[in-house]
Amino acid sequence: MKVNLKVWRQRNGNAQGKLVDYQLDNVSPDMSFLEMIDVLNGELTMKGEEMIAFDHDCREGICGMCSMYINGRAHGPQTGATTCQLHMRSFSDGDTIVVEPWRARAFPVIKDLMVDRSAFDRVVQAGGYVSVNTGSARDANETLIPRPIADEAMDAAQCIGCGACVAACKNASAMLFVAAKVSHLAVLPQGQAEASLRAEKMVAQMDAEGFGACSFTGACSVECPKSISLDHIARLNREYLGSKVTSQAI
Amino acid sequence: MNLESKIPEGPLAEKWSRHKFGLKLVNPANKRKYDVIVVGTGLAGASAAASLAELGYNVKAFCFQDSPRRAHSIAAQGGINAAKNYQNDGDSIFRLFYDTVKGGDYRAREGNVYRLAEVSVNIIDQCVAQGVPFAREYGGLLANRSFGGAQVSRTFYARGQTGQQLLLGAYSALSRQIANGKVKMYPRTEMLDVVVQDGKARGIVTRNLVTGKIESHAAHAVLLCTGGYGNVFYLSTNAMGSNVTAAWRAHKKGAFFGNPCFTQIHPTCIPVKGDYQSKLTLMSESLRNDGRVWVPKTKEDAEKIRKGQLKATDLKEEDRDYFLERRYPAFGNLVPRDVASRNAKNMCDEGRGVASTGLAVYLDFADAIKRDGQKTIEAKYGNLFEMYEKIVDDNPYETPMMIYPAVHYTMGGLWVDYNLMTSIPGLYALGEANFSDHGANRLGASALMQGLADGYFVIPYTLGDYLATIGPADKVSVDNPAFKEAEANVKHTIDRFLNTKGTKPVDTYHKELGHIMWEYCGMSRTAEGLAKAKKMIQALKADFWQNVRVVGENEEMNQALENAGRVADFIELGELMVDDALAREESCGGHFREEYQTPDGEALRNDAEFAYVAAWEYKGENKPEVLHKEELVFENVKLTQRSYK
Ligand SMILES: Cc1cc2nc3c(=O)[nH]c(=O)nc-3n(C[C@H](O)[C@H](O)[C@H](O)COP(=O)(O)OP(=O)(O)OC[C@H]3O[C@@H](n4cnc5c(N)ncnc54)[C@H](O)[C@@H]3O)c2cc1C
Ligand code: SF4
Ligand code: FES
Repeated sequence: MKVNLKVWRQRNGNAQGKLVDYQLDNVSPDMSFLEMIDVLNGELTMKGEEMIAFDHDCREGICGMCSMYINGRAHGPQTGATTCQLHMRSFSDGDTIVVEPWRARAFPVIKDLMVDRSAFDRVVQAGGYVSVNTGSARDANETLIPRPIADEAMDAAQCIGCGACVAACKNASAMLFVAAKVSHLAVLPQGQAEASLRAEKMVAQMDAEGFGACSFTGACSVECPKSISLDHIARLNREYLGSKVTSQAI
Repeated sequence: MNLESKIPEGPLAEKWSRHKFGLKLVNPANKRKYDVIVVGTGLAGASAAASLAELGYNVKAFCFQDSPRRAHSIAAQGGINAAKNYQNDGDSIFRLFYDTVKGGDYRAREGNVYRLAEVSVNIIDQCVAQGVPFAREYGGLLANRSFGGAQVSRTFYARGQTGQQLLLGAYSALSRQIANGKVKMYPRTEMLDVVVQDGKARGIVTRNLVTGKIESHAAHAVLLCTGGYGNVFYLSTNAMGSNVTAAWRAHKKGAFFGNPCFTQIHPTCIPVKGDYQSKLTLMSESLRNDGRVWVPKTKEDAEKIRKGQLKATDLKEEDRDYFLERRYPAFGNLVPRDVASRNAKNMCDEGRGVASTGLAVYLDFADAIKRDGQKTIEAKYGNLFEMYEKIVDDNPYETPMMIYPAVHYTMGGLWVDYNLMTSIPGLYALGEANFSDHGANRLGASALMQGLADGYFVIPYTLGDYLATIGPADKVSVDNPAFKEAEANVKHTIDRFLNTKGTKPVDTYHKELGHIMWEYCGMSRTAEGLAKAKKMIQALKADFWQNVRVVGENEEMNQALENAGRVADFIELGELMVDDALAREESCGGHFREEYQTPDGEALRNDAEFAYVAAWEYKGENKPEVLHKEELVFENVKLTQRSYK
């Protein structure tokens, strides 16, 4: 099949960017979207042009590195999938496909389709952990965690930190990402001691990074490749309010 | 040079405790006077960096991804082993040790493997304390499954995302130390050389992948936790960025490379579809607990299936060959990976492979679904089935999955002693980057265990001994000529890539190398094929340096440039792997030399001559490497032919 691509090209964070047209013939429907870009990059190199820069690593939907905004949707038309899990069979012969980077103030563009998501790391550094040193743990079976609780924690812990939730949100809010981490640790007994403090610190860092406010439209959860539920935002709000009553951090 | 493994004296079960007691300690107040560099923040690196920082050392950590949370460890699906014996099914530290030594076809060190089994139990405790949501029973106790042919249930798991959850645990510990100011993290930074001065590792040279800046970092010790080199085959289950560069450049600076030809081909991956394919996807081994592997009994039926004239479900029971169950009645579909892979290949070589390419066998869940119901199967493997359907566009609940072996893991790596130190003092290797514990074949769920054992529970002890011995003053500044020279070399190589202005993209060379390695140094190897491969690789190398095309500049994000360096190193490593495979005139584990097999086609070891670790020493550009042998001593297990019949 043939596709017409409009791809965002931007030399670096300070340069102006624009959409550039490319045409690819001979696309196989079994190719993944990223393999299609690989083919295009091979052709560009042969012509002496620079490859399109984009983040990717595992190519199986788990590392959270790939991050393309395709035809107006984070990770493209499929739901519950990352860009690297998208295949060309989701498109038709002759389609025009617009490919852009995540757009958010807290995610500045590095080059072309690649953005800087280190804000997420700093939000985790603010408190997304249980304070325990190596070697000081007790036997794992001494902490009983009933299956439904473990399952709930796992549902939240599945977040891959891709940032699609931010890209999908009109306010570029990071609430779903932050809520997933807060919720994962808040439901487990190991994480409860620090639950409120954690919520407070992570939310403060989220604000400091320039992510927008949450207006609870749910766009994030729809585009989230791991289908992280909005319920976690409700839990985050509860923990956060609790922290305001007994504020220790700020 | 004398290869000293430094395995402690004494009874097996006491070696590690005695050794720990004998190690020098760094006084708590002095720890802050030492700087440690950790390259790589996967399971091994993140756990090491966090634990060392908690002890008080100043750590600098590096990774090439945009965040430590994205290391390739994140992709591990199946689980992590530990000798907890929570299921009361006869597991013990000794049994885990024994299974691992046997599974590795008796090419690993007893002492190392025993220590691994011993600390495995602490790993689970540590991870649970961090909040890793392992699977649980209704009563709240941890759940286990049997995995990778083990006859006890000792595998802990978090759905099909065990690696992700373990890595996020280690990443959270690391993040806490970054916040504490004890770790300085350098993401999107690639290590391009190790600096050795006066016989010791003194630091590294890196390239900032966003700005292209070349920089030196000095420290008292350097830990390479940079993962495996499976991508030397181009197509593998590894992440696209996994590479050998850090290990290879250390090798060229004097670190010996151990058993480079020991690579693991995993039996259950989604088969190759086309030329454009960039990576292969693993279907977790746990699927073999319920799936039955088969091909058509006759070539004629297989031919019809390949042409699309017949469907798998059309074939009657008696027309199917469940070849693993037939050949290995005791273990059936659960034979170790090397055995399962080789058998699948043999079936396809006989012309009984399926899929349009003829390079696939079936993994069939029909019986399991009939027995346990679709709900149960869905609960166990739902996410894997979904993943399969997304990629192949076929519903595995209705038609059998198609699978084929793919490169998955590298048992070889930098040679290290019992303290995880390479042959360069002050340079350590942890996790998949070292050669240590898996011998010639790794059992399922034991790589995660090894990475975390090395990082959480081994290096915090053994590193202290070295640091206490050299003392805080024994550090070299980045102004030392050794650093300047290394920086100049790195820049020179980069300029060479950019100025060659040839005709072929880097990927073309990587694919070509992959073809050569897979064909001649893959699932089965011959002296003749290996000799041919060596010539082909040398020709490829010459062509690469003359005709490679890298567009763009150094002073910017340039993924073609990053890749050029990695592929150049893979090409050189490929040649060493071929040398190693040629020198090892026996079959063991994943290394199958066609000349050395039993009458019924099983691997034929030669313990009298080859019960050693091959440690290769680099001698300079285009000079043959020198083979050193570390004899393996077995005092606690009896060497037998592995039998899974
Ligand atoms: C699909 C898949 C499934 C698996 N499933 C299992 C399983 O179920 N159970 C199991 O036990 N094992 C499994 N394994 C194996 C296991 O995941 C790996 O062996 C293990 O995670 C390796 O961890 P590591 O820390 O050594 O390296 P990695 O996780 O590969 O980390 C390497 C790190 O080094 C960095 N790095 C590399 N080179 C450089 C450089 N030059 N400069 C700077 N940084 C660098 C990277 O950025 C990264 O941070 C699986 C492997 C695959 C491919
Ligand atoms: S919540 Fe979903 S969309 Fe947001 S970072 Fe996590 S996985 Fe990505
Ligand atoms: S490349 Fe890892 S999630 Fe897409």
